[in-house]
Amino acid sequence: MKKGVMRPGHIQLRVLDMDEALAHYRDLIGLIEVDRDDQGRVYLKGWTEVDKFSVVLREADQPGMDFVGFKVLNNQTLEQLQGELVDFGCKVEDIAAGELKGCGRRVRFDSPTGHMFEVYAEKEQTGKWGIAPQNPEAFPLDLKGMKATRFDHCLLYGGDLDGTLKLFSEVLGFDLAEQVVDENGVRVAQFLTISTKAHDIAFIKHPEDGKFHHASFLLETWEDVLRAADLISITDTSLDIGPTRHGLTHGKTIYFFDPSGNRSEVFCGGDYHYPDHEPVTWTADQLGKAIFYHDRQLNERFLTALT
Amino acid sequence: MTTDPASPYRIEVRNRHSEFLAQPGKTLLVAMELAASQAIAVGCRGGGCGMCKIRVLAGEYDRKRMSCAHISEQEQAAGFALACRVLPRSDLVIESDHFVEGL
Ligand code: FES
Ligand SMILES: [Fe+2]
Repeated sequence: MKKGVMRPGHIQLRVLDMDEALAHYRDLIGLIEVDRDDQGRVYLKGWTEVDKFSVVLREADQPGMDFVGFKVLNNQTLEQLQGELVDFGCKVEDIAAGELKGCGRRVRFDSPTGHMFEVYAEKEQTGKWGIAPQNPEAFPLDLKGMKATRFDHCLLYGGDLDGTLKLFSEVLGFDLAEQVVDENGVRVAQFLTISTKAHDIAFIKHPEDGKFHHASFLLETWEDVLRAADLISITDTSLDIGPTRHGLTHGKTIYFFDPSGNRSEVFCGGDYHYPDHEPVTWTADQLGKAIFYHDRQLNERFLTALT
Repeated sequence: MTTDPASPYRIEVRNRHSEFLAQPGKTLLVAMELAASQAIAVGCRGGGCGMCKIRVLAGEYDRKRMSCAHISEQEQAAGFALACRVLPRSDLVIESDHFVEGL
């Protein structure tokens, strides 16, 4: 049942070197740099996103993810969810409006898999970047690199998948869209949606909590994914795997690493989900095909390289 | 030991009983991949994931910033490093396979 959560709104990532990170997220992936703050954080977004920012980079000694934030319908929903998060047993923290520039009050909470999340109702709406709000052209002319259109989802690793599924479905109103189940009936991967996308966030079972696997950015076409692969070679960027297709979600994809070792994905296409759909299930004995539909074989790095 | 910056460095990977030649100016891990060696596990190549963790037993090197989740200050002092952040300045003797998953 929908609870007023609309979409993934932002992700804050830790990087070892800000200039190198900007060469990756801004110049290669093609996000737009929109602001910086006095903590040295840099704010970016994909050009189609209407809110001011969706990616925040923070320089730190340990790469990885600080938190993911979801935008909710309004302040009344935010109040309601805050109460329910407390009742669920989350550690809940109030973050004042303006702590992220242009973002309203945020309610931050922990999760059974050890990741930090936030919900918020208000963020400055600056509109799609580079095109007029009326009679909009197809795209702005001065996009860079892969020309990513938006921050789309992320994949996180941790232990208690059942606990985090309960939190996301019962409190936040997400649906289980796709899953991988092992021979004992244990869910080892879960793809959750709050929209008609195949995933707005995903989790894979892993002994260590709170780990980050990738942040994903949407491209329009398979041709764009192939061009992204060219750009990865041209810039001598660390490649993980691809271009290929996933069995899970059926997205067409390529994975690579930022200069601090955080994995990025750009992708296009894939499945859709409505609330009356049964979850799509893959069995663990077909995991290779579920993850890499063409190779049908997992590489060790994809499972173990995390930040 | 070689110190001429133009000639490659000889890297001995003791636990693997193998060695490769590392081009100067490349990180140790990238140099290993260019030499078609597999003596060190390759992950992110960016100092984040820890998969390429090694211990340097002998030789000179510089290093770029490494994730403190995988290399503590004490470990740095004891010669532990992430091969993707190590720039050799001489021949090296190293030990690979120091990554422990799920730590
Ligand atoms: S390969 Fe990831 S830290 Fe070196
Ligand atoms: Fe993804």
